[in-house]
Order: sequence, then C-alpha cells, then structure tokens
Amino acid sequence: MKILVPIKQVPDTATQVKVGGDQRAIETAGITWIISPYDEFAVEEALRIKEKRGQGEVVTVSLGPDRVKEALRSSLAMGADRAIHVNDPAFAEADTLLTARALAAVFTQEAPQLAIFGRQAIDDDMGAVPAQVAELLGWPSLYWIMEEAIDAGGKTIRAGRQVEGGLEVFEAPLPCVLAAQKGLNEPRYPTLKGIMGARKKEIKDLKAGDLGLAPAPPQLSVVRLEALPPRSPGRIIGGEVKDAARELVRALREEAKAI
Amino acid sequence: MGTAFWCIVEDDRKGQPKKVMAEVLTEAGRLSGGQAEAVWLTDKAAPDGLERLAEWGASKIWLLESPALAPYRGEAWVPVAAALVSARAPKAILGPVTSRQREFLARLAARLGVGFAADTVGLELDGDTLVATRPVYAGKLLSKVTWAKTPWVASLRPNVFKAGDPQPGRAPVVERPSFTVPDATLTLVERREEVSTGLPELTEADLVVSGGRGLKGPENFVILESLASVVGAAVGASRAAVDAGWRPHRFQIGQTGRTISPKLYLGFGISGAIQHLAGMRTSKVIVAVNKDPEAPIFKIADYGIVGDLFEVVPALTEEFKKLLGK
Ligand SMILES: Cc1cc2nc3c(=O)[nH]c(=O)nc-3n(C[C@H](O)[C@H](O)[C@H](O)COP(=O)(O)OP(=O)(O)OC[C@H]3O[C@@H](n4cnc5c(N)ncnc54)[C@H](O)[C@@H]3O)c2cc1C
Repeated sequence: MKILVPIKQVPDTATQVKVGGDQRAIETAGITWIISPYDEFAVEEALRIKEKRGQGEVVTVSLGPDRVKEALRSSLAMGADRAIHVNDPAFAEADTLLTARALAAVFTQEAPQLAIFGRQAIDDDMGAVPAQVAELLGWPSLYWIMEEAIDAGGKTIRAGRQVEGGLEVFEAPLPCVLAAQKGLNEPRYPTLKGIMGARKKEIKDLKAGDLGLAPAPPQLSVVRLEALPPRSPGRIIGGEVKDAARELVRALREEAKAI
Repeated sequence: MGTAFWCIVEDDRKGQPKKVMAEVLTEAGRLSGGQAEAVWLTDKAAPDGLERLAEWGASKIWLLESPALAPYRGEAWVPVAAALVSARAPKAILGPVTSRQREFLARLAARLGVGFAADTVGLELDGDTLVATRPVYAGKLLSKVTWAKTPWVASLRPNVFKAGDPQPGRAPVVERPSFTVPDATLTLVERREEVSTGLPELTEADLVVSGGRGLKGPENFVILESLASVVGAAVGASRAAVDAGWRPHRFQIGQTGRTISPKLYLGFGISGAIQHLAGMRTSKVIVAVNKDPEAPIFKIADYGIVGDLFEVVPALTEEFKKLLGK
C-alpha cells in the first residue's frame, strides 16, 4: 500500500514572529522551522500502517522554498521511504486552493491508496487543504481522526472522527483522505540510524510545469498582517482569600457583566 | 451575481438549529442589508426550528431535506449545495466553525473554485470586496484576507460575532428547491457518545472553567466541576493536564486542542504558555488564579488572584452560589 503524507514546514510555536517589511508575510530571519505537529501525527500513522502490514511505501510531499528540504529530510529520518519537494516560486503566494491543486496533481502522478494529512498547519491554521485535495480528486475525506483500521485486503478503512459530543466511526473505500487529530498516536523521534539513512533517500524536485499546472492567481490573498491589539491591563485582586473571591464575583457581575 | 449572504445551518441532528446560528445570521444580515438567508441540509427540520431561524434574522430559508443528507458526508452535501449556488448565485456563504463545516465549507469552495477563509473573527466590506480578519501563528498575529471573486466562503468562530435580539413571531419564508443527492461512499458504522457530564460542550459554552498542572491530580478536577455546575460552565484543561492523563484529549484548550471564545474564561493552575493562549485568547473576560505572580497568564488576564487554587476555588464557588441564589 502506498501512502502519501503531505507535510508543511512552519515556525516553531515558541519563536517570536514579527510582521515583515511588506506587511503581508512574517519576517523569516532568525526563525526556527519545524514540521507542523499535526503532520507528525500523520507521518507516524502512515509508518505504523506500513509496519503493521509488513509492506508498503510512505511518501512525504511538501510545497515551499529550499528550506522545506529540511522538513522532508526529518520525515525521512522518521522512516518515510522517499519525498517529493514541489519547489517553484509560482506557489509563493499560494492559497489553500492552489496548494490543493498542486498536491492533487502529485496524487494523480503517484496514485496512492491513502493520504494522511495533519488536521491543520499551525502557522495559518486554515485546515482546508485536506478537504480540498479530496474534493478535487473526488475522494471521500474524514477530518479529525482519532483512530483508524484498514481491512486485511487493503480495500476499506474504518476511521473515528472527533465531533461535538463524541466520536463518529465511518467506513470508507480506499483511496481516501484522512486528517489527523492529536490523540491519534505519539510520534516517534528519529533514531541516529534513521538520520544517517535519510541522507541516502531520494527527494524528488518538481516544478509547476512537471505537474502540468499553468500559473494561476490565488483566490484568497493576504491584504495585511497585524500585531494583536493590546489587551487593557488587568487587575490583581489582593487580600484574604474570602474577600478576594467576593470582590472577584462582584467585579465579574457589575463591571465585566460576564455572569 | 446575487446579493444574498447564505448561512449554512448547523443543527443538533434532531431538527433544531444551534444557537450559534443567531450569530452567523446577524452578521450576514448586517453585511448584506438584511439579506441573510439560511441554507439547511438535513434529514428532518422541526417546524419550530424553522421559526427560530426566521426569528434570528433569516429572510428566507432554503430547506434541503432528505434522509440521504444524514449523517453529514461531504460527498453528499457538496454537490447538493453547489447546484443551488449555481442556480442562485449568492454573494457569500458563511457557517460557524464546527466539526462538519470545517470540512464542508473547504470542499464546497474547492468545488466552486473560490477562496475560503477559515475561523474568522471579523468581517468587513471594503468597497466591492469582503475583508476577513483571522488569527494566525498561534494567535500572535492577525491576518486580513480578501477574495478574488464571489461567492465569498468563510467560517466564523463561535461566540465572537454578536447575535442580535431575536424577532419573535417573524414567520419563516421557506423554499424547498428540488435536488438529488449523489451516492456517498462513506457509511457511518457507529457513533460513540461521550458520557454526558451534564455540563455544556466546551466550544459552545458561554463560561469555561479550566484547570492545569496546578491541580496536581485527576481527582482534584472535582472542585472545578462543582464550581462549573454552579455557574453552568464547561470544564477544560491545559495540555499538561491532558498529557498527564487527568482529562481526555477532547477537553484540551489550545493550539493542539480546542479553540474557545467564551464570555468568561477562568483558568486555575495554568501558567499561560503561548500554545494555551492560542486556544482561548479571544475570550471576552479572562480570569486567572495562580500562586506564581510571574505566571504569563496574568499578562492577558482581566482579573487575577495570586493564591492557592485549593483555597480560592471553594471560596469562589461559595460566592457564586450566593450571587446566583443556589
Ligand atoms: C507544539 C506544541 C503544542 C502545544 N499545544 C498546547 C495546547 O494545545 N494547549 C496547552 O495548554 N498547551 C499546549 N502546549 C504545551 C504548553 O507549552 C505548556 O507546556 C502547557 O500549556 C502547560 O500547562 P500548564 O499551564 O497546566 O502547566 P505548567 O506550565 O506546569 O503550569 C502550572 C501552573 O500552575 C501553578 N500552580 C501550581 N500549583 C498551584 C496551586 N496550588 N494554586 C495555584 N496555582 C498553582 C504554577 O504556578 C504554574 O504556573 C503545546 C506545546 C507545544 C510544543
């Protein structure tokens, strides 16, 4: 079974982000980059499926500039077999739909039986690409997956998705798109052997032209990035616990009108 | 191109629209000059559910009723909705952020070849276009985005947009266009309901009480639950509390958990890491109780008490009981 895992490289959540000079993107100097955490759940799940079945291939794919190779290399160190890097300035301002079109074209070339995404990338938190790739390909999609099981013949999958108030378990024919939620698994750390081995694995470079994609404008674009408006300074309520509790409840009712 | 703003109805799966629809309809009505229209894909709409949508501001309700539309499956919903879009050309398609709409709206936008903005916290018209505001980078920045063409598709974060006063007695105008539902390949095998806590759902609650590593163990969440039941709040947790196994993951608030925006958030024994703040920063009023005066959560709190939560929680519970006459 061939499993495709699209991954995105994002700034580490702990790094400071600042608005860049053109006001439309962040200042990238000095940023530590990581694989978006949900995408690590996706890589891990794909590796587990391959290990359980005793055969198969896990291919990671990413869109982005040169630095993205590092994220792909990390996924290879975790155990992915090979990687695809869609590296073309034509995608510099890609919205979710352009990204989905590029990925759908990769899917058409690779013809996987299953695709696992993270539920969203933690930079722009859009969470749209998995659904949009599925829509473009006419595949079913299942969001916020907490568990999955594939039948022995590799024809259908059962997956449990987190919904309000519970879990819904669906059965889908393969191929199918899954979007991983936290709780699906605990991603492994690359071993030293894995890191060494990753150097010899293939990362294939693709341009828009290789995917048969003509340049197209984004349908959604960033007008401006802004810092958060400052929150007005809060008040620390001091004194004896009983008095402080009374004062807090009073303030919540009378000042804040929150209760 | 039409001028209506469509609102995709989120319901309780029993024929009643959820109250978050009042927020979406009010916002759609504000932006369209009263042309907010509800679009309801369901297996069964209750008559008083239709009335409620009208009272909340729907000038028209497009009712798409068929057993084949439940449970939600993108493959069934998207072609049905897309056909109606082609016939009626709405200017915008909005819905609340919910488990099904986060997938549905993204798929629909792809089918229509238009832009989609997820989890917006502000919408404004700017000449002929719509500009949406959305938190990005763990809520550290705000991004303003705009569309190349209509229909503008966006999801709205619950509890952020203001719901207007309902207009009681306003009669619903219901249209039942004919449609066909394509076969879906997905089948629902089972639905595992959570054991009901009797408390509201985390993402829908007006009030949220949340506990972190400072609670020291799973057994101590009892004191937060009794506070929550006095005020009618949902109980959430930090990742530290979830990873320790004290609370199931669905209660986690933050970047890798739920995003909430209640009227009142009360955090106990939570330090306020950036990833936690990402999930609750847009709460209207934030209260923090922590024994460390330097805890970062105090930087965004409107009210804070520096102290031991094991003393403060019971005292607060007593005071709320008095206030609410319980
Ligand atoms: C990629 C990534 C994603 C993450 N996603 C999330 C997320 O979604 N949600 C999330 O919450 N975290 C997330 N985290 C983890 C986050 O960085 C913090 O580690 C976590 O939020 C800390 O939880 P805490 O505040 O409960 O614990 P701590 O940071 O340990 O804080 C405990 C606090 O309790 C106080 N305290 C202790 N005892 C008492 C007492 N008796 N009375 C009063 N106060 C007391 C202490 O002073 C301290 O401030 C993520 C981290 C990473 C790297």
